[in-house]
Amino acid sequence: MLALTDFLMLGAILFSLSVAGIFLNRKNVIILLMCIELMLLAVNINFVAFSHFHGDTVGQVFVFFILTVAAAEAAIGLAILVVLFRNRRTINVEDLDTLKG
Amino acid sequence: MTFELFVFYVFAAILVFAATMVITRKNPVHSALFLVLAFFTSAAIWLLAEAEFLAIVLVLVYVGAVMVLFLFVVMMLDIDIATMRAGFVKNLPLAILIAIAMVIEIFLVIGSGSFSLDQFAAPLPLPADYNNTASLGNILYTEYMYPFEVAAVILLVAIIAAIGLTMRKRPESKYQDPSKQVRVKKGEDRITVLKMDAED
Repeated sequence: MLALTDFLMLGAILFSLSVAGIFLNRKNVIILLMCIELMLLAVNINFVAFSHFHGDTVGQVFVFFILTVAAAEAAIGLAILVVLFRNRRTINVEDLDTLKG
Repeated sequence: MTFELFVFYVFAAILVFAATMVITRKNPVHSALFLVLAFFTSAAIWLLAEAEFLAIVLVLVYVGAVMVLFLFVVMMLDIDIATMRAGFVKNLPLAILIAIAMVIEIFLVIGSGSFSLDQFAAPLPLPADYNNTASLGNILYTEYMYPFEVAAVILLVAIIAAIGLTMRKRPESKYQDPSKQVRVKKGEDRITVLKMDAED
């Protein structure tokens, strides 16, 4: 039978892969955004699995809100990216050092 | 091994493969397409967990809207892939080390038997007339009414922010102004009558 552990392990592997992706592609903002989407997906898998095994719909309501916020975040992130590229002609993270941080 | 478990492992393998491809491909377009595969596969896994409404929402909203937006931006921007890849090999050992450490840590917690079938028995199959969308709607429009409205406002803010950020005046482009066109007078705006001496 399908156990809760299976879902949680899948979520853990997916989350760790996206953390590794953030380390690997730290120059490319687009792939960084994609890795964040993957992370949210891993969290959502955990929510759905717990909702299934507890027999409680509230977990799915939370996934619904996470999806909403993730969609808004992707839209604003990509808009910022487009403006950034229009002004600086680059999306390389290393070139974006105007704030001298 | 039941058929359900077999299907889960197949989809889980595809999902992990797609996620690995997303973070290792050179071309961002390929990454975006593999991310589409990852979302689609996890929608199938959510179907196994009996979250039908969220599964179809994931396909419609993510694959249909967010990923198309990603592909549009990736293809519109002129990205120099070579400089973007610099440091990939250098960061690889650190990334693998941290990822494996995280996986081992999480596995130590969730693999200890606290989440096994003895603790969380597999839920009974739901009756045939059970409607996931209806039950989700019932709880969303009663108990979670205010959070739902806040989510709507967040989406509105995202729309306005995205349009406000990307809109710009283009002084070089020519366009018509209908209100000016309508206000043009026949006499002084169109024809200029010049008085000049007759020449001989």
